[in-house]
Order: sequence, then C-alpha cells, then structure tokens
Amino acid sequence: MTPPMSLTREWLLTDAPESRRQAGLGRLYRGWLQFRRNYLAMAGLVAAVFLIIVSLLAPVLSPYDPSAQDLTNRFGPVSAAHWFGTDEVGRDLLTRLLYGGRVTLGMVVAIMVLVAPVGLLVGTVAGYAGGVADRILMRITDVFLAFPRLILALAFVAALRPGITSAIIAIALTAWPPYARLARAETLTIRNADFIAAVRLTGASATRIVMRHIAPLCVSSLIVRVTLDMSGIILTAAGLGFLGMGAQPPMPEWGTMIATTRGQILDAWWVPTIPGVAIFVASLAFNLLGDGLRDVLDPKQG
Amino acid sequence: MQVVVRNLRIAFPSPQGPTEAVRGVSFALGQEKLGIVGESGSGKSLTARSILRLLPRQAQVSAETIEFDGIDVLKANETRMRAIRGKRAGLIMQDPKFSLNPVMTAGQQIAEAWHAHRGGSRKEAKDAAVELLAQVQIRDPKRVADMYPHELSGGMGQRAMIAMMLAPDPELLIADEPTSALDATVQAEILRLIEDLVSRRGMGLILISHDLPLVSHFCDRVLVMYAGRVVEEARAGELARAKHPYTRGLLDCLPSLVQPKPRLAVMRRDPAWLGT
Amino acid sequence: MSAVTDAGRSPARFRASLTGLSSVAITLFGLVLVTFLIGRAMPIDPILAIVGDHAPPDVVAKVRADLALDQPLFVQFWIYVVHLVHGDLGRSVMTQNLVTADIAHFFPATLELATTAIIIAIVIGVPLGVIAAARQGSRFDHVVRVVSLAGQSVPIFVLGLLCLLVFYVKLGVAPGTGQQDVLYEGMVPDVTGMRVLDAALDADWDAFWDALAHLVQPALVLAYFSLSIITRMTRAFMLEALAGEYIVAARAKGLSPARILWRHAFGNIMVPLITVIALAYAGLLEGAVLTETVFSWPGLGLYLTGSLLNADMNAVLGATLVVGMVYVGLNLLADLAYRLLDPRVR
Repeated sequence: MTPPMSLTREWLLTDAPESRRQAGLGRLYRGWLQFRRNYLAMAGLVAAVFLIIVSLLAPVLSPYDPSAQDLTNRFGPVSAAHWFGTDEVGRDLLTRLLYGGRVTLGMVVAIMVLVAPVGLLVGTVAGYAGGVADRILMRITDVFLAFPRLILALAFVAALRPGITSAIIAIALTAWPPYARLARAETLTIRNADFIAAVRLTGASATRIVMRHIAPLCVSSLIVRVTLDMSGIILTAAGLGFLGMGAQPPMPEWGTMIATTRGQILDAWWVPTIPGVAIFVASLAFNLLGDGLRDVLDPKQG
Repeated sequence: MQVVVRNLRIAFPSPQGPTEAVRGVSFALGQEKLGIVGESGSGKSLTARSILRLLPRQAQVSAETIEFDGIDVLKANETRMRAIRGKRAGLIMQDPKFSLNPVMTAGQQIAEAWHAHRGGSRKEAKDAAVELLAQVQIRDPKRVADMYPHELSGGMGQRAMIAMMLAPDPELLIADEPTSALDATVQAEILRLIEDLVSRRGMGLILISHDLPLVSHFCDRVLVMYAGRVVEEARAGELARAKHPYTRGLLDCLPSLVQPKPRLAVMRRDPAWLGT
Repeated sequence: MSAVTDAGRSPARFRASLTGLSSVAITLFGLVLVTFLIGRAMPIDPILAIVGDHAPPDVVAKVRADLALDQPLFVQFWIYVVHLVHGDLGRSVMTQNLVTADIAHFFPATLELATTAIIIAIVIGVPLGVIAAARQGSRFDHVVRVVSLAGQSVPIFVLGLLCLLVFYVKLGVAPGTGQQDVLYEGMVPDVTGMRVLDAALDADWDAFWDALAHLVQPALVLAYFSLSIITRMTRAFMLEALAGEYIVAARAKGLSPARILWRHAFGNIMVPLITVIALAYAGLLEGAVLTETVFSWPGLGLYLTGSLLNADMNAVLGATLVVGMVYVGLNLLADLAYRLLDPRVR
C-alpha cells in the first residue's frame, strides 16, 4: 500500500505498519502525543524554541546596535525607548540580551555538537571492543569524570586564554565523559543480543555493526541526556562568563554581562538581574524539556 | 468468620477510558478452602486483594457488598482496615525475592508482624519469630532468622513469608499464586504446609492459581475466572462434571499419563465467554 | 542511578576492592598528568611572569634552568610528580607563599561553607523528597517538584546577588559579604580556620553570632542546588521503592503508614541516597567557587579565581589538583559506602 498523500492520524497510529518509514513515523507521532500531554514539558519546549528563534533573529529583532554606546544614559531605567533599560555604557539591554542569547546558546550548542558524537563514539567503541581498548578508554573517561566540571574548565581557560573558544573547548573537555559512560552501558546491553550475532554472521565488519546497528539504539537515551545536560552547561558557561573566564567584554554574554554590572546591583538592580533571569529561563526550559523527553523515551530511568 | 463479596467491579483508568478488570464477581467464604483459578489477566488476584483493600491507587472499586465478618470493607476507613489486615487476614504473595523486604532479615520481618499485633518486648518477638520458622518446617530456624531474603532459596523464602503472615494468628489466609515461582518439587511441599497450618488453626483459605488440578486437589471449592468474571463455581470433587466450556477446555487440555491422547487438545476461546 | 553491584564472597570482594583502589590510583595519576599538561599549555611564558619583561638574558636562562624548563617534557613531569609527593606545589606568584600554605589557609573556610550547605540540603531535602513521594500527585508534591526544578536551573551567582540585594540591602536582615564584620576581623584566633568553630572554641560569643550570621546566606544559596538534587533523587528513589511488592506485603501485615514509609521504603533507599549525597557534596565544591566570589568568602574558590585573574598558574593548578583529589576521594567514599552498607552486596 503506497502511503497516502496526507499523513493522516489513522495511518500513523495503525497497528500494522507496512513500511519501515510508516513504523518510524508512527512511533514518533505516538511519542509526540505522549509528550504533548505533559504541560511542563510542553512549556519547556515552547520556551526553548522561543529562545532559540529569538536568538537567531537577534539582528532583526533588536532595536539598537549591540555595541552602540550612549554614555549620557548609563544604567537607564526601563522606558519606552529601552524596554529593559541600559547597561554601564548606555547600550540597550534588550539588544544585549538578544545578542547575548546568541552567544550563550551558541556556546552550548557548539559544546553539545562536539561532546555528544565524541562520547557516543568512545562509548560504543569501548563497549563493543571490550578488553584492553575498553579499559584504556574507560580510564581516560574516568580521569575527566573525576574533575569537577567548572574547576577544570577554569584551569583550561586560564592556561589557554580567556575567551569563547577556550571556554567551549574547556567545557567540552569536561562534559563528554558521561556520554561515553552512557553509550558504553547501552552498548554492553545490546552487544549480546541475537540480532547483533545475526548481523555478524552475515559478515558485517565491526565498524558497520557499531555505526549502523548499535549507535542508533543509543541515540534516544543520549538525546535525553543531552537536553538535560544543556541546562547544566548553560549554567556552567554563564558561570565562566561571570568569573571573567568566558566571553570577554564587550562581547555580550549573559554571564559576562552580570559580572561587569554586578556593582550596580544597588542602584540599577535590573541591569545585572535581567540577564540572570534569562539564564534561569533557558536552563529551566531545557530541564523541563529533558524531563519530558525522558518520560517519553526512557521511562524506566530516574 | 465469613467473607461476602457481591457484584465486585474493579476498573483502571486508561487513555481510552476506564477498563474493567473485574466485572461483577460474587462469592462467599467461611472457614473453608476456596480456590480461584484463572489465567493471567482474569482478575483473580485483584478480586482477592480487594477483600483487604490492597489494590493499587488508581484502581476504582465498586460493589454491592464486600464484607469481612460483618465489617463493611468498602466503607471502612484505613484505621479499621489496618485492624483487619495482618491480625485477622494475611496475604502470601508469589515471589519471596520481591515480597520480602530486601534490607531486613527474615527474623526481623516476622518479629515485626508479631509485634505489631501482639505487643510484647523485642526479645519475645524475636523468639516468636524463630518458633514460627520452626513451625514452617525450616530446619535451622535461628540461623535463617538472621538471613536476608536474597540469601534464601525460593522455598525457604516462601516459608518465611508464610511464617510472617501467620504470626498474628489470623482467621483468613489469602495465598496469591504461592507456588508459581517455585520448583515443581518444592511446590507440593509448600502447599501441603499451607494446608496443614490452615487446618490446624481453623483458618479460611483463598488459594489463587492458574493451575487447575493443583487447586482442585487442595481446596474444597473452586471458582474459575475468565476475563474478570466467574464462569464456574463447583465443589473440588465435582470439577470433572464442569459445565462451562472454558472449564471443560481447561480440563481437556491437561495431558494425562493415565489416559494418553493421540493429540493434545488446544483451548479455543469463544468470544461469547467475554459476556456483554 | 547505578544498579546494585554483584554480590561476591570474600576473596572476590577483596580483589574487587583492589581493582577499585588501583583504578583510583590511575585516576589520580591522570589528574596529575592533565593538570601538569594544562600548566605547560600556557601560551604565556612562565619565566616572564616571574622575572618580568625586561630581565637580562642570563637571568632568564638561570630561571629557566632552575625551573627545569629546558628539559624534555617527561623529565619535567617527573620533577613535578616528585615535588607533588613531597607536598610541594610550587610558589604562588601573587602571594609569594607556598601554594600548599595558601591552600591550607583558605580551604577550611570552603569546608565550613560546603559542610553547612550539605547539612541544610540533607535535613530539608530528604524529608521533602520522602513526603512528596508519599503524597504523589498532591499539591504538596507539585510544589516540591517545581521548587526543586527551579533549584536546578537557577544560576547560583544570580541567586547570591539577589539575596544580597533583598536581604542585606533592602530588608537589612542579613549581614553583608565576607566571613565576618570588619569589626571582628582578626579578633578570633585561627585554630581550625572555620570562623564559627574558632569563635566558639574561643568562647567569643559576639564574634560567634556574627560569624554564624555571615555564614547563613552563602550556605543557603549554595545549598539550594544540592537540596534540589537531593529532593528529586529521594523522591524518585522513594517512588520506585513504594511500587515494590514488599510494600504491599507490609500493608497486608497491617503496619502503620509511617512505619511502612520510613522503615520499609526509606530503609531500602538509604544506600543509593548516601551515594547521591556524597556526589552532591563533591558538586558543592564547584558551587563554592561561584558563591565565594559573590559573597567574598575567603575560601579556596576565591583563591582560585583570584589566581586565575592574575594568571598565577602554580596557584591555579595547585588548587585544581587539590579540589580534584577531594572530588576523587568523595567518589571513592560514595562507592565504598555503597559496598559496605548494602546487605545485598555484602
């Protein structure tokens, strides 16, 4: 039966799918229905998507240029001209916030893009290969796992040079171990399954088995972990910025913005606080999203 | 001690609306041994547990009557139910590896059951626990009392479970598939033990199982359940003359060494058995 | 959380502990190696940091030889390890003290802060989690879930700043930054380095109350994150435990709900919970860095950030190493606690 032109609900939810695509799409749709019932998770999704879109559209949405200073209007209050007021050199806070979102969220995405594939690779290889390779890889993983994330990131950044690139590399270096562990645990479970033995009997190489059969199965729990982790990484990245080790001024980054305006908490409390709220909302959004995803994809955990 | 259940209905919420797991079950029980037989999903466990109101939270229970010795179980509050549970009726479950608390020793759990309903000192409870373990035919009761559930074999664990539930000296014992998790050789021993203890103490027994011949051997009366309904009720000795096609089907499916058949029968389910 | 490890009889368990210890040793070695490599990865020439830009070349050469920077990398590493074993972490460029002395001076304040925070987190978090699980779906449960969710998303430094703003500046109920009021600085003899304890030992009750008042805000701010995690994990563990068959059996025995909740369900989660708490305590070390910065608390975190800003690599690496080792130690403790306390593993 050729799939109908429209993806009807009935076609997606059928008990007897006729193609892999139909089954896959059906599974996605069922997962989506379950996810949709969770109000908090939906709120998280909406918030996260909103933040991402708003950050991407920062140049379009911002009323001002993020580096446009106006020293006559330092720490200006909330007004019609400046919806969130102005910062220590008169730059519009709303603009800085939007561009800052680009920086902060961009950092987090960059970290995830680095970390998840590396962790997946190391974990699946270690789990499938076993033996010496497994032990060595796990030792390396353990060493990086043994460091408290922020502290090691600080040390790295200090050694390299404070700035966004160093911060991304530093956080990435400390963030990958849990994914390797996770992927390895999943691989160990899957490796002994009959279908893997069957694939091996057909002559598939180890690379093919790992890439095409094992890795895809680890992806769902990895996605959950990535989303949940993103909230923590947002906090770490902002923390680095706050300590002066992340994005450097005048680049807008939520943590850095708080650091430079911290002293004005008494007189112009909104200037350091509003970026703080932004960090909170972003972190919360990913937490809620991750929780919702976990309930759908991985209900036994936690 | 009389248990009366009339028109019991138990439903669970689901995305498609409430699904009924028990659909109008009625029976009565005195100081006798009643067996409830059915396959998985027939509702037999739920029926028995509803007497003690031990159902999961989401269960929606309704009935004309659920009475334990004159006490209205449906309307009783938790405190009244706690006075019945343990002290007047006990529940043995299927797998001692899960139904015994993993971080307490067997002796501690039995002593706890004793102490909760009989009072006394900790030492008295401990001694009583050892004594009870001896009653359930455990050979080295003192040593076993100090062992954790994961260190006990299936048979020993189940004996400990029986000792635990008999400690407060109840009038009714509900055994929910007590031997399903055990080896065949141990099964008969455990059932004989239950039968012996129940007879000696003058207790009522509800034995739940999926094994028809087993139940008919050990019980006075048998209820056969299918899809949440009672389809047959007979005295154990009269089962061979059962009327309902499901029961007949069960009986026919049994392989027999005495009367070997050329071909084993297979149960064919009639949707009419599901009722309305 | 991790599953229960396999049970084993004595010789196997001894062997397991041995491999456990050797893996810790390897981890520590890796820690030292990574720290060393970070130090050598600096683009800034460490010699210039010591002697300045305008030093004559022979002074530079002498310093380079002194620091063995002209040797191949693994020789430098060997020297580094030897120094480490003797407890020599080098000298801080900023304070001119031995790094070990500096760390010994600053660490107790962090210990004071972190320990107070974890106690608060446990005392509040565990009962909240247990009761929330017992009343799953109720308003109380929802409130607890939301509050702990927020706690995991709030940036600690923002919370700290806000607390200072609200409680210190606007409401005036809490004291300002630092471990003590300027008034009391230097009045309490430094015995343990933990101001509250030292003041009590000295029976200087004015200073004691002042130090305690200063401790409250940073400790609470620091505790919020761990509290949230502990509450969530306790609740999750309890829900799992309460779904067990042995809980039905306990109810069938006619036991009181309180006894079932605490003796039976909670009794089953104590062991994994201890692991969670140990890891949360380790995580507090990270949070301490940020909290100390906000509250000017003279602990290891403040020392670390100060050294960072001054590119004082010896201090940075020394502090990183110490924190890393404490972290490893706590992880080891958590693992040991699990092995020793779970009857299924014994």
